[in-house]
Amino acid sequence: MIPLAARGLVVRREGSEILRGIDLDAQGGEFIAVIGANGAGKSTLLAALAGLLRIDAGEVLLDQRPLADIAPRDLAQLRAWLPQNPRAEWPLSVERMVALGLGPRLRGFGEAGPEEQARIATVLADTDLIALRARAVTTLSGGELARAMLARALVADPAVLIVDEPLAGLDPQHAWDAARRMRALAVEQGRLVIASIHDLNIALRRATRVWALHEGRLLADGPPATTITAALLGELFGMRAEIRGSGSSAYVDFAP
Amino acid sequence: MKSITGLNAKLALLLVVLALLSLLPGRAGWLLPWNLQGNDAELARLIFWELRIPRLLLALLVGAALGLAGAVLQGLTRNPLAEPGLLGVSSGAAFGAVLAIYTGLGAAFALAIPLLGFTGALLGTMLTLALGAGGGVLSLILAGAAVSGLLLAGTALVLNLAPNPYAAYEISHWMMGSLADRGWAQLFLAAPFVFAGIGVLFTTGRALDALSLGEQQAASLGVDLARLRRQVVVGTALAVGGATAVTGTIGFIGLLAPHLVRAAVGHEPRRVLWPAALAGALLLLAADVATRLLPLAQELKLGVLTGLIGSPFFLWLVWRMKARSP
Repeated sequence: MIPLAARGLVVRREGSEILRGIDLDAQGGEFIAVIGANGAGKSTLLAALAGLLRIDAGEVLLDQRPLADIAPRDLAQLRAWLPQNPRAEWPLSVERMVALGLGPRLRGFGEAGPEEQARIATVLADTDLIALRARAVTTLSGGELARAMLARALVADPAVLIVDEPLAGLDPQHAWDAARRMRALAVEQGRLVIASIHDLNIALRRATRVWALHEGRLLADGPPATTITAALLGELFGMRAEIRGSGSSAYVDFAP
Repeated sequence: MKSITGLNAKLALLLVVLALLSLLPGRAGWLLPWNLQGNDAELARLIFWELRIPRLLLALLVGAALGLAGAVLQGLTRNPLAEPGLLGVSSGAAFGAVLAIYTGLGAAFALAIPLLGFTGALLGTMLTLALGAGGGVLSLILAGAAVSGLLLAGTALVLNLAPNPYAAYEISHWMMGSLADRGWAQLFLAAPFVFAGIGVLFTTGRALDALSLGEQQAASLGVDLARLRRQVVVGTALAVGGATAVTGTIGFIGLLAPHLVRAAVGHEPRRVLWPAALAGALLLLAADVATRLLPLAQELKLGVLTGLIGSPFFLWLVWRMKARSP
């Protein structure tokens, strides 16, 4: 299980400090929900952890190696990244779009070898996309597209999966389904899954760990049940909140 | 999986047939194989080897360069309406060539026009790259539009200041684009640059495929986007700049060719490249043969014909896109 860590991570853009010195450690088997208000720095933190941003101070370590020292092609095989609302720009078939996740492992004109074909078939089955494999991705519904993108991210078998707001725009059924899948990737398959999530009930019940970001700083870090408290939510969102119920039936109730 | 080899084979076969047929008609009359035999066929052989053959090769080369560059630019911008002229390459070539005609260099030394045209194409695209570098694809497109606008204004200025009507006539003729009266000299001048550009453009396939997932996902898959943009600009400058410098501006081939083949290869940018190059060659050759067959007092300029056929197609594309978007 490959550990991911940040040491004194600082990102500045246009004069303002978006991340103000973040230290954290994570490893395989964890499904980490990154919570915080809009503009707290969640997307920036995820992009920095994925090695997609210029960092102004500190470093991100994947398997004890600074991300800057890992060749982009090798990094692409170790960690997968999905931005907010990912979409395909051409009407590719689901199967071919998923294959793009294999990147350099594809041959001259993008053909997949037998090993890669098997890998594609596996992720399509895991994400319940077998019936849709020949469909054009531009015709998929929001939930189907989210699954197809997840398959695209998983096809290279990454140790680390970093996803920016994977639940945005999904109805409750698809959102809970996506959260279940991400938890299974961590808990059952031993991957490290880090996702920014606005639905606090899903974070509370499905994540194994929570990172609470506030104004570019890590305000809290721990298991959801003990970390997501009324006091923390008050500070994060500036609203009075209560946690009702307990264990697997706990939920967050905001009282504006 | 759709067969890309099958499509390429079909296009190549079509191209060979059309290439052979294209050798027959021309302004100097029909040439049939038996016209080239015998002692009194000196003139026919001269026409065949010095006019028809280089014109055919130039058509294939220029058409392939335009089709391929169009496919690459549409892949880079993820916009089906993109075409090779986008980066200021065509307007740069036009400006350079027009300067050569205006200054009289073109009259003194025949190859001055393509040489200055090529220099203009390179300068135009490099200026676009310099202005648009650093930002994303959008800033590159905007820089290309600004540079094209400036160079077109420069070309209009030269036309405006043209010393005599003959120079203005020659300039406007050059800008229409044609393969007429081009020989081995023009072909040898253009070929090294066009081949180098085609080579560079073909290396962009994998990155263009990844880019169909958007810039962020492409970057996460290990694609160096800044390097890709440089490759596309340099490849287009060499291929389209070299081609345009000897033929003048020929529009719509680069726009049309990728569309004709895209659905057949499942829309994947990398798989569109080869068929688009072949389709570009096919379209340009067909258009050139048509200019020779149309019974008009003046031979129709190739650029005029591709414009007449291409514009309605462009409109149809816009309509189709409008129908699809909500």
